[in-house]
Amino acid sequence: MPDAPGLELIAAEINARHPDAVLGTTYDHGQAALIIGPSSVRDTLLHLKEAPGQEYDFLASLHAADYLPRTPRFAVHYELLNMARVERLRVKCVIEDPGEERLPETESVTDIFPTAEFQEREAYDFFGIVFRGHPDLRRILMPEDYIGWPQRRDFPVGGDPVIFTNTEDEVPGWTR
Amino acid sequence: MQRGLLAGADLDSYVEERVITTKFDKAVAWARGNAMWPATFGLACCAIEMMSMVSARYDSARYGAEVFRASPRQADMLILSGRVSIKMVPVIRRIYDQMLEPKWVIAMGACSSSGGMFANYAVVQGADKFLPVDIYIPGCPPRPEALMYGVLKLRNKILGDPDLGWRDEYRAHGTEEDERASKPGGIPVERAGTAPSDGRLVGEAEPTPEQLASEAGLLDEAERAVSERAAVVGAQRAEHDEWEGRDA
Repeated sequence: MPDAPGLELIAAEINARHPDAVLGTTYDHGQAALIIGPSSVRDTLLHLKEAPGQEYDFLASLHAADYLPRTPRFAVHYELLNMARVERLRVKCVIEDPGEERLPETESVTDIFPTAEFQEREAYDFFGIVFRGHPDLRRILMPEDYIGWPQRRDFPVGGDPVIFTNTEDEVPGWTR
Repeated sequence: MQRGLLAGADLDSYVEERVITTKFDKAVAWARGNAMWPATFGLACCAIEMMSMVSARYDSARYGAEVFRASPRQADMLILSGRVSIKMVPVIRRIYDQMLEPKWVIAMGACSSSGGMFANYAVVQGADKFLPVDIYIPGCPPRPEALMYGVLKLRNKILGDPDLGWRDEYRAHGTEEDERASKPGGIPVERAGTAPSDGRLVGEAEPTPEQLASEAGLLDEAERAVSERAAVVGAQRAEHDEWEGRDA
């Protein structure tokens, strides 16, 4: 686990190679995170995977998040692990909400980390985040004809109103 | 037993002690109700309780419901043991459609009965939205005793408790695969489930005067045949007594 100065060193190293790739850093509860944008996902992850001294060559998890009402609204989190040093590093790719008509887009990293294929499909399934360059981007858990992105914060919870004998008058027509 | 060892009243009482007469429908319902083979089909955590139902401790073999069949073609009963996700609905419906009539469905636990705690986008709020369900068993999960109580309720229903017929509940008469109620000569399979006192199905049209007259005629004919037969038997018995008396 890089400490806070180590995280700044990593951010500076990446920014030296790829200008303006790292937008910021956070260091909370002993966990280091780089904040990047969609355009520099591939550069950053490839550097962290292959640069000497970094070698975070294991993608432990990839998941999406919806930060509504904050902006930027969406984020894709990459949990990287260096198994030799047992160091973990989190990369947060923040994505602006493109509006109702379009889906948020970012770059796929399946060629860098093959394990990302199913997890990017899951992020697409639940949040509607499109990963450009993914070989087979379709729903993975929900039915293929499902409409909507159910883990977004503005998606209705679902379920039926539960009728009890004390509230049966409020919902007319539920009995035969 | 050799012929001639018993005769007359002794033979009559011997036969009466050993032969049971019943209605065909009743016998069929008895056979069905005591051999409900479930499909091997588990959905979630309730399936663990369903599995222990057949263990030596609970032993649903006592009710003839222990043979979990791996093919829906051989199963009589579908136990929906767990939450039904919307992706599973076509699978369950297909299994149900592959089962042969007569077939029954038990919604085991809160989830398959009403959605339970999973009031969300992925779970169907009650399996009766796409299947006719006969028995709902509450619990999260129900204990094996509760499941067996449900199985016994279903058995009572098959044996003819008129309060439990799902075809009445869902107004589903005439939807049987082969034995349509409208088909002449077909045995209405749901009669065992509804068992009205006059033998007519619930929801069927009132009998016309002609039908009533012909039924009364049939009844008279049957009674006449019985009394004629009784006369013949009486004569035979008198003859036999006379013969025995002469022998002694």
